[in-house]
This record gives sequence, structure tokens and C-alpha cells, in this order.
Amino acid sequence: MKNPSLADYHEAMRQCVKCGACQAKCPTYRLTRREGAVARGKIALASALADGEIAMENALLRDLDFCLLCGGCATACPNAVPTPEIVAAVRREISAQRGFSPLTRGIARLTASPKLLKMAARMAAAGETLAPGIVAKRIPEESGLRLRLPKAMAGRLLPQIPRRNLFDRLPEKIAGQPGKPTIGFFAGCGLTYLFPHVGEMAVHLLNRLGYSVLFPKNQGCCGIPATSCGDGAAVERLAARNVNAFAGADIIVTACASCYSGIGAYRAMGAADFSGKTVEFCDFIVRERLQDILFAEKKDGADGNSPAPWRRVTWHDPCHLKRHGLTAAPRKILANLPGIDFIEMAGASLCCGLGGSFSLKHYDASKAIGAAKIPGLQASEAELVITSCPGCLVQLQDTISRAGLNIRVAHVVEVLADATAGKYSLKSGQV
Amino acid sequence: MTPKQLAQLQAIVGAENCLATEADRLIHAYDATQRRHPPDIVVYPNSTEEVSQVMRLAHTWRLPVTPRGAGSGFSGGALPVAGGVELVLTRMNRILEIDRENFIAVAEPGVVTADFQRAVESLGLFYPPDPASQEFCTLGGNIAENAGGPRCLKYGVTRDYVLGLTVVSAQGEIFHTGGRTLKNVAGYDLTHLIVGSEGTLGIVTAITLKLLPKPASKKTMLAQFSSINGAARAVTAIISGKIIPTTLEFMDAATISCIRERSPIPLPDKCQAALIIEVDGDPAQVETQMVAIATLIAPCDLLRGQIAANVQDTERIWQVRRAVSPSLKQLGPDKFNEDIVVPRAQLPQMIEALEEIAARLQVRIVNFGHAGDGNIHVNIMVDLRQERMEEKARQAVGEVFQAAVGLRGSISGEHGIGTVKAGYLGLEIDPVAMAMMRRVKAAFDPDNLLNPGKIFPPP
Ligand SMILES: Cc1cc2nc3c(=O)[nH]c(=O)nc-3n(C[C@H](O)[C@H](O)[C@H](O)COP(=O)(O)OP(=O)(O)OC[C@H]3O[C@@H](n4cnc5c(N)ncnc54)[C@H](O)[C@@H]3O)c2cc1C
Ligand code: SF4
Ligand code: SF4
Repeated sequence: MKNPSLADYHEAMRQCVKCGACQAKCPTYRLTRREGAVARGKIALASALADGEIAMENALLRDLDFCLLCGGCATACPNAVPTPEIVAAVRREISAQRGFSPLTRGIARLTASPKLLKMAARMAAAGETLAPGIVAKRIPEESGLRLRLPKAMAGRLLPQIPRRNLFDRLPEKIAGQPGKPTIGFFAGCGLTYLFPHVGEMAVHLLNRLGYSVLFPKNQGCCGIPATSCGDGAAVERLAARNVNAFAGADIIVTACASCYSGIGAYRAMGAADFSGKTVEFCDFIVRERLQDILFAEKKDGADGNSPAPWRRVTWHDPCHLKRHGLTAAPRKILANLPGIDFIEMAGASLCCGLGGSFSLKHYDASKAIGAAKIPGLQASEAELVITSCPGCLVQLQDTISRAGLNIRVAHVVEVLADATAGKYSLKSGQV
Repeated sequence: MTPKQLAQLQAIVGAENCLATEADRLIHAYDATQRRHPPDIVVYPNSTEEVSQVMRLAHTWRLPVTPRGAGSGFSGGALPVAGGVELVLTRMNRILEIDRENFIAVAEPGVVTADFQRAVESLGLFYPPDPASQEFCTLGGNIAENAGGPRCLKYGVTRDYVLGLTVVSAQGEIFHTGGRTLKNVAGYDLTHLIVGSEGTLGIVTAITLKLLPKPASKKTMLAQFSSINGAARAVTAIISGKIIPTTLEFMDAATISCIRERSPIPLPDKCQAALIIEVDGDPAQVETQMVAIATLIAPCDLLRGQIAANVQDTERIWQVRRAVSPSLKQLGPDKFNEDIVVPRAQLPQMIEALEEIAARLQVRIVNFGHAGDGNIHVNIMVDLRQERMEEKARQAVGEVFQAAVGLRGSISGEHGIGTVKAGYLGLEIDPVAMAMMRRVKAAFDPDNLLNPGKIFPPP
């Protein structure tokens, strides 16, 4: 498994015709209105660097660091220039030549090691909340794990980490109906440690539909945080680990938008087979017409739906689904749920502003980008905003609380599971 | 640029808004023409006052200044060809006022055109100019280039909506032109001299725009023809029938064959030309106009006319048009993109001339554009890696311009002259008029420091 190098993007970079269309969909540009913030500028820097025209000077590092890897640019680009992949490749180049900052080294090491991650989550759950430091005093300084959130992040709302993570909650194998394929469930860090109840619900839904579910205990992080930090070696190790872990699955389903993008990137690293088997949860439900089955089953047993505590719900497009054109499936699911009104909000596809390590390094910009969601949310008069990325969940909740609004946030799996159970409770869904 | 000069500029706009490193200069060197001319320093001002102070210093130092909006220009207007200061106005992006009683709005130059349109439309108002780049180009750039778009057939170009400007001169003085009224004949019309002046006469820092009431509805049709001549006759038939549609976009046979694969609406082989026809107004009027249009164009080699029944249909029709730009590359990686204009009735002659040039010089030419106003986007698609291709493409460009001028049209309908067409201006503008233009430039900017190297043919 090998990451593509910057040189591999030579032709892709040539496809940038400098039209400027990416400005329309680039959150960092919309915020700062500077050429260095937008894809066009970053591509110009990346190709100058690749051609040896320019050195790794500070202004270049600043501009390549100031990117959410959200892919908004690529969706607006007439030539579909893959800016996030190009920026990630430059970051690998930069860290290979100049090493890491303590923060990026910390993130990369933490997410690259399932063992450390488990330990950190346990400790966090045991008392030390994530803010102000992800932390763990017992972890040796030199492991790079004494990862403190920057001071500016104080006050950031983060979910309470549950004591029992998804590995504690699920067995490695759950048998389904004979003859049905085996689904490998790729959980990802968010659904494993922050929202394990969502992971549990997703697996139970799949199993109820008759699939055998394989939940490999040796699966790791998808690699997105390490990618964002420029740690190519960590990404390669994670990719190899995950490809190996899921060897026994016929289909790989993930309910995390970011992971979908993260494990999808293994294709470019030589694991076309693995990526080819990967399906996003909502897409899978819609594609296989499983929603009908779920509800038919419910109608036989339960006595219809008790009224939802909220009626108006809306959808936030995670960048990592939008980028892959996965915008219709979740809407289709929501529009067909009983007892709720699905409303399209203005700016549904605007980035939440998290961008993984971006929000750790540029919290003010991250907040400002997130705040752009507020007018659309408010105008929609939704009581609940639904999405499918743990990162978006955390960031949206933070943004909404900051704006003083009374809107709840939920993962689409929770809402679907509740609907099929005939009762919207979101009881474990407290973000 | 000495350290002392840098410090003086920083004192005006703040250190973070003065960029001068190698990387900063590199990413401010290009625009949509893809040519490269790095500035010595990039300045992002935030107010008229800051612009004025920067201009004053630059003038004292005799440094050239090039204003820039979104850098989406197709004629190189924003390229700092003489180095010096690049003055980027994107941070000045406030809509200062929307006056619903007088139907006017005041905005800063960095406001993105589509953002402005959405803001006024949310109040039931309407700003018609709609360049295809509207989601990212700026009002300042639109003013400087006098931008147009599909809706200009019915509604006119940017110029027709500019009532007044706040401008900073090459020497740094602030002055105001026009005002807030539709009628105004006090003195020379400097407003409309500055519109379309490509940043060579002054820096626009505030813009007063006329607005219209938002049309209640619109209706869209995709009409497919078996010949370009039929499409041209259809255009004449509609307008002679006393209907001015909002939009009359055409695509020629070469364009259609490029998009056939990816068009959401089937375009059979027989289809040799297509028109997208849109009318707007109140719902009843829009219905009758569409029916009338269908009747008028029926005898014009019409293969099929599809009228959109809902927004999804409308969207699908426009997707056909939007499929064009990305699909052109299959004909050649490099594009020479010109926007000539001819009197409407000469459109078929122009298309014929273009086909003749393409066949004789053995280059692929794809044509589409705004049939209603005779504005053709001529795309010469080549592979510059081929031997002597550059020379051949340039010859084609020259001949295309000559043909347009020969039909009493113009070498540019909306993109401007900038650097890329400066060498051709003499084809169209007679020597006396050219000398007059140079004197106008000298009156505003005697030291030739404001966006030098643009519009006028190099000596
Ligand atoms: C994909 C694409 C489609 C396009 N479609 C159209 C179209 O349909 N119709 C059309 O007319 N054009 C079109 N254009 C061309 C371009 O978008 C327009 O010319 C637009 O008006 C340029 O705006 P900008 O903000 O990018 O200006 P820039 O390119 O940055 O600058 C253009 C000129 O304006 C000057 N300028 C900018 N701001 C100011 C200011 N505040 N004061 C004084 N001078 C200033 C600059 O010096 C330069 O000469 C298209 C371009 C692209 C890339
Ligand atoms: S990935 Fe997102 S932040 Fe980065 S350049 Fe593209 S749109 Fe901008
Ligand atoms: S939209 Fe694409 S081609 Fe155009 S400038 Fe941006 S990255 Fe380049």
C-alpha cells in the first residue's frame, strides 16, 4: 500500500485552468477572500513546488495548511481537479522534508495506534473530558500523545465520552440468515469512541435485515486525520491493517461519512478491491431498497409510530459524502420516515467548518465557517438537524449552542433506527 | 520595493494585507487567461480611504498599480504586466444599501455578483446581468469589463444598471460620478466612461446599481434544429414576431457533437444546432409567449421543441448548456477562447466564415453563445504540443477577428481587450478614435501607472 506522491498529480494539476470557479464553493476563501485560501492558489503553489520553482517558505506552508480538505472546490471545478488529494500529497512532502509540528505528530500518532486511542478514550471517559486536553498525564511526553488542544479551543463543546466503546459492545461476528452476504462494518474512531450507540444501531439494523455482520476488532482509524496531518507512513500502515481486517467481508459498510472518504482513498493506494466493496450506509439502504423491508417488518409487529418529539427535520451534507455525489440517499430516507417533515435548508451543503485538524489549528476560522450554517438552519425552522459524520455532529452542536439556538443534532442511523422501532426517542443520542 | 516602502503600505492596510513573498507573488500572477506576470507586492485594502492612501503612495513612488477582483477575466485585465502593486478588492465585499423605494443598491466592488443577486432577490428585486462566472466574479470586475450574459438580450449589459460610482484616481483622489437617479445629464457621463475601462482610468470602490422588480415567472425551451441556418432563421422569426426572450443561447454542430455523450437530454445525430429559449414575466404572458415562439420557429428546420414543465426540466435544459465547457477538452487540451460579436442577422454568415477558417487551417472550432445579440464564443481547440500549432491557432484567431470586423461586428462582446487582444484593437478602432482614447487615458492617468499595458496596442 503506497500513497500517491505529489508527482503523481502532475497531470491533475495541469488540468487547473485558473478559471476561479472554485472560489464559489471554498469555505476558507469565502471567509478570507484571499487567493492563498482557495484551490486555485493552492494548486499553483503545489505545482510550483513539484516543479522546483519555489522553496517551502512560510507563506506557502501557511496557505497549504489553511485548507479543510473538504472538496468544495472540486465540486465546483469544471475539470474536477482533486485539490484535497493534492494538498494532502503536498503535506506529506512537507512533513517528509521538515518533520511534524507537535500537534500534527500527536494527532497522527494517536489515531494511527488503536491501542493508544483506546487508552486515551478510556481515560477521557473516566473523568478527563476532551477539553481542554485530549490528554492523559500518564502517557509519556515523547510519545507525542500529550496532545493539548490549543488554548483558543477552551470552551469548545465536546461530547462526553461513553465508558463502553463499540468494541466493548459488539461481538466480532453476528450471524445472519444463511445465503445472505457478510457485511463488514467499518466503524471508524467517531462511532467507536464518541457515538458507539450509533455504531451499535447500524449493526443491529443490518443484522435485522438478514446480513451476517463482521466487526473486526483489529480494524483501525480510516486514516483521514493522519492524511490531514501529512503523515503518509501512518496512513499506509492503517490502510494495510484495515484491508487485512476486512478480508472476510463481501461488502464493507460504513456509517461515517469521513471514513467512507478515508477508506475510499485506499483505491489510489492500490487496494481497488477493498474500496470497490465499500458502500456508505444510507446509500446501501436505498440501493438495496431496505427501507421498505425495515418498515414492512415494523408494521407487522408494532402499532405504528408514536408522535415524534420534533416534526421538522433537516439534513446537513457532510463534505465527505457530497464530494462523492452521495446527497440523494439520505434525503430519500428522511423524506420517507413516518411522523416527521423533512425540510431542505438553505446552505445544506456548506461545510460545518471542522476539517479535522483544521479546527484544532484554526479554531476561529473553523467557528466562523460553521456559523455560516446558522441563517439557513434558522430559516428552515428545523428542530432537528441530521447528518452522518461524527465530526459534523460535534461541530454542528458546538455551532448551534454558540448561536444560542434550540436545535438538536442526530446521526441519520439513530433516526432511522428509532423510526423502525416505532418511537423517536434519541435517548442515547445526547451529543 | 524597499523595506521602508513596505512598512508604509503595511501601516495603511495592516501587515497581513501586504503580501510580498515569492509564494504570494506566484499566486497573484495569473488570471483565467493562465498567463503569468507576478506583481512586486499584493495589497488587500478594506476601504475607499485605504485605497486612496495606497494610490497616493504608489503615485509618489511611480509604481504601477493593477486592480483585481476575482481574477476570472478572460482578457488578462488583472495581470500586473508591469509589476508593481496588485490591488485586490475582494475584501471590500459589503452590500452597503438596498433601497426598496427607489429600486437601487449600493455595493462595494468585491461583492460577488451572484451573492448580490441573491440579496436583492430575497427582497423581490432583480439585478439582471448574469455572466456565466456570476458565482465567483465580482461587481468591480463586471463594471471594469462591462460584463454581459444570456439575459442581456432582454435586459441589457452591466453598463445599463450602473447609476453612479465612487472612484479613486491614479493620483489617489476620491471622486464620485453619476448619482442615485435614473436620469442625470449633469456634465460628461464619467460613469459610463469608467464602465468598461478595464481598470485603466480609476479604481472603483463603491457602485450604485439600478434594480428591477423580480419577474414572477419564467419558461424555458430547448429547440433542436437540423441546420444552423434553421436556428438562425428561428432567432430572426422570434424577434420579428415582436418577442424579446430573456435568453436565446445557441450551440452549433461541433458543440453538440462534443456534449452528445453527456447531455441529460438526448441530442440525435440529426440535431445540427440548438437554441435554449427563455422568456420571463407574469405567468399568463409567459405562457402565451412560449406558445407563440413554438409556432414561429416550427417552419425553421425544427426537429424538436421541448418546453420545460417544471423546475427539474428547466434545470435539465440548462445542464445541456453547462455540459459544454467541460466537454470541449476532448477536442484538444489547449483552448483559444474568443468572444466576437456580429449584428444578429449576420450570425449565419459568421458561422460560415468560422467553418471555412476551421477547414482551411485544419483546426477544431466550436461555437456557442448568445444568438439573440450576435455574441459568439469561438473556441479554437488545439494541442499546442503539436509542431507549429501555436502559430496556426494565432492565425485562426486573427482571421476570426477580421471576419467579425468585416461583418461590422466587434472583436469582443463581453470579455474585454486587456493584454490578450490589445494587438488586435487597431482592426476595429480607427486611428483617430484610437488617438482620442489615448488622450482620455492620459487625462485620467498622465503617468500611465494605472493598469499599464492594457487595451492599447503595444507601440
Ligand atoms: C468560466 C467563466 C465564464 C465567464 N463568463 C462570462 C460571461 O458570460 N460574460 C462576461 O461578460 N464575462 C464572462 N467571464 C469573464 C469574467 O468573469 C468577467 O470579465 C468578470 O467581469 C471579471 O470579474 P473579476 O472580478 O474576475 O475581475 P478580474 O478578472 O479580477 O479583473 C477584470 C478587470 O477588471 C479590473 N478591475 C477589477 N476590479 C476593479 C475595480 N474595483 N476597479 C477598477 N477596475 C477593476 C481589473 O483591473 C481587470 O482589468 C467568464 C469567465 C470565466 C472564467
Ligand atoms: S478542500 Fe475545501 S478548503 Fe481546501 S481549497 Fe478546496 S474548498 Fe477550499
Ligand atoms: S475551479 Fe478548478 S480549474 Fe478552475 S481555478 Fe479552481 S481548481 Fe483550477
